[in-house]
Amino acid sequence: MNRIVRGLGKTKARLIAPLRNIFSSGKLSQDTIEELEDLLFSADLGVEATDRIIEKVREKQGAPHEASVDFLAIVKEELISVIEEVPQYLVPDGSPRVIVVIGVNGVGKTSTIGKLTSRFKAEGKKVLLAACDTFRAAAIEQLELWAQKTKTPVVRQKMGSDPAAVAFDAVYSATARGIDTVIIDTAGRLHTKSNLMEELGKIFRVLKVKMPDASVEGWLVLDANAGQNSIRQAEVFVDALPVTGLVLTKLDSTAKGGAIIPIQKNLRIPVLYVGVGEGEDDLEPFDSHAFVSALLSD
Amino acid sequence: MFQDLSEKFARVFKELRGHGKVREAHIHGAMKEVRRALLEADVNYKVVKGFISNVSERALGQKVLDSITPDQQIIKIVHEELVKILGSEPSVFRLSGSPSGVMVCGLQGAGKTSFTAKLAVHLKKKGRSPLLVAADIYRPAAVEQLEVLGREIDTPVFAPGTGLPVAEIVRRAAAEAKKSFRDTIIVDTAGRLHIDGEMMAELSIVKDILRPEESLLVLDSMTGQEAVNVAREFKKEIDFTGVVLTKLDGDTRGGAALSVSSVAQVPIKFVCVGEKTGDLEAFYPDRMAGRILGMGDVLSLVEKAQETLDEKMVKELEGKLLKESFTLEDFLDQLQRLKKMGPVDQILGMLPGLKAKNALPSGVGEKEMKKIEAIIQSMTPLERRSPQLIGGSRKRRIANGSGSSVQDVNRLLNQFQQMKKMMKRFSKVAGKMPVSFPFS
Repeated sequence: MNRIVRGLGKTKARLIAPLRNIFSSGKLSQDTIEELEDLLFSADLGVEATDRIIEKVREKQGAPHEASVDFLAIVKEELISVIEEVPQYLVPDGSPRVIVVIGVNGVGKTSTIGKLTSRFKAEGKKVLLAACDTFRAAAIEQLELWAQKTKTPVVRQKMGSDPAAVAFDAVYSATARGIDTVIIDTAGRLHTKSNLMEELGKIFRVLKVKMPDASVEGWLVLDANAGQNSIRQAEVFVDALPVTGLVLTKLDSTAKGGAIIPIQKNLRIPVLYVGVGEGEDDLEPFDSHAFVSALLSD
Repeated sequence: MFQDLSEKFARVFKELRGHGKVREAHIHGAMKEVRRALLEADVNYKVVKGFISNVSERALGQKVLDSITPDQQIIKIVHEELVKILGSEPSVFRLSGSPSGVMVCGLQGAGKTSFTAKLAVHLKKKGRSPLLVAADIYRPAAVEQLEVLGREIDTPVFAPGTGLPVAEIVRRAAAEAKKSFRDTIIVDTAGRLHIDGEMMAELSIVKDILRPEESLLVLDSMTGQEAVNVAREFKKEIDFTGVVLTKLDGDTRGGAALSVSSVAQVPIKFVCVGEKTGDLEAFYPDRMAGRILGMGDVLSLVEKAQETLDEKMVKELEGKLLKESFTLEDFLDQLQRLKKMGPVDQILGMLPGLKAKNALPSGVGEKEMKKIEAIIQSMTPLERRSPQLIGGSRKRRIANGSGSSVQDVNRLLNQFQQMKKMMKRFSKVAGKMPVSFPFS
């Protein structure tokens, strides 16, 4: 079994536990709808997505001759199709590959970078980290500790330096050292702070102009514990920056991270990885079937 | 969005005019809208259910049914009930012991360490002398983070490193506080999942040693449905005495506040509204209720406005609006006052029914405002009063003077004209508004 199961298993082995089966009793009664709604609400899917899915269930509830309909299966299918309709992630051309990791405060950007580094290195890539969170107290030290742990070089300047300058330094130095992957750690920022969003924009602009051979993409980190605000966050970040992938963290909790569903539907950006613990290896490729099963289990 | 809710209510109740009386069906219709609003605000679905059934019961009471304005009556009831759950009055945070312990805990990334520093600043203002204790021995550089913050706010941090068990750190911290005459020990614990039995047990141990006067659960205001489980588990483990809501400077509706209040039944003691160490505020249940309903934080806005605008000025401005003699000079003045009230996005976020993004013709952010200011300041007083004088060569001069382009100057002049039109309309209907905004 892959690690998402293990991470989730920390709670009650949710994936292995059977899906809730109360719905498979045949007729779509008001009670069934309500129960279905509760299940989706409890997973942070939000009102709009829930309404849409319930509508789908109503449509598909089948001809009267069918003795029993597995509503949960319909829901599952619907959720998976939302995820699978999102275009697949393609590793961009260009060298070095630069991944700018962005997100609001406290979602787990730096930990995600540590885990990503470990994974990329295992895949044989040469990685360099850039400490562009020059704002939060001890953020640079936090990244450096991850760098030590994963034996990866890190480019840093002092607190308060211009993040775009650090990013440029890092990519420049990667080019000189023949390193193929640069991961940039940025300060957490609420999507509502336009000046801070602009600061991120500058990182991308500077790299685009100064390092035209590099491929620069943003990966947005989202916290599975967060609710409907995630949708807004994703909208604003994607609107402002070239975001090519999402990472969903803290999925080892009982939170289900269902806000991903409306985000997938609206923005069509793939979820690449999920975080399932605090360890170096606790990052797994996103698996839509495992995710949806966990989402629909108790 | 509160306006949305009001509108929806109005629609639901419109039919009643033909019927003479509100029917139960109307109330059910209204409750459906309330339910939706609460779910969209991330209030836990079970909490929503209980809430709706309570409110329906009250709303079905005779008074509402006979009232001429049942929609407003129901909104009032909903608001009142929300406030009741959130705590009827702003709670106070006062420490009496000496030494007195405060324990700060929560999930990873909730904002515990930042809050710890903010709390220290707050308590110092109240005359206490805090000692911060770095008890997060797990997350890389968590200890350093607290140490850096401690230096920044000039407050001692007890950080024996990550080699000692947490229990021992807390024990030694108590001794250290005694030795160095600190009367308040604030323990910053590691972030942990509420379902992690081992880590949760550690909190109990800390609590037993510290015997804190206040133990606080720090909760990210963006938390979704999971907030109830978090609150329940932490409550079970350490029976916390208060809640702190962080990151409330974003645009989250913050329904988690309601979830937590109804599960834990302890007051929300603080809200964090920014990344600076001074960005800590008391919690006002009525404002939060408005925010959850999508009503905007009008009260805070009015309060802020009152701090920066005096009544005479407002009257004057209103007069000008009515007489259409509002000039670029007045506009500049308004901009500067608006800036004094705080970051523009924050202020816009407080307005009901507005999304910061489309509140202004071209999404005026902090930077845009600076540009506008520069352009107006590059005009002569005469030009500011009579913008129609500004022709091609004046535009070039203004653009040069303000480091912008002629297009920028044009855009500003256009926007100003539009704004004047908008304000004219606005001032006709907004007689009741306490303050008038050029941007409303």
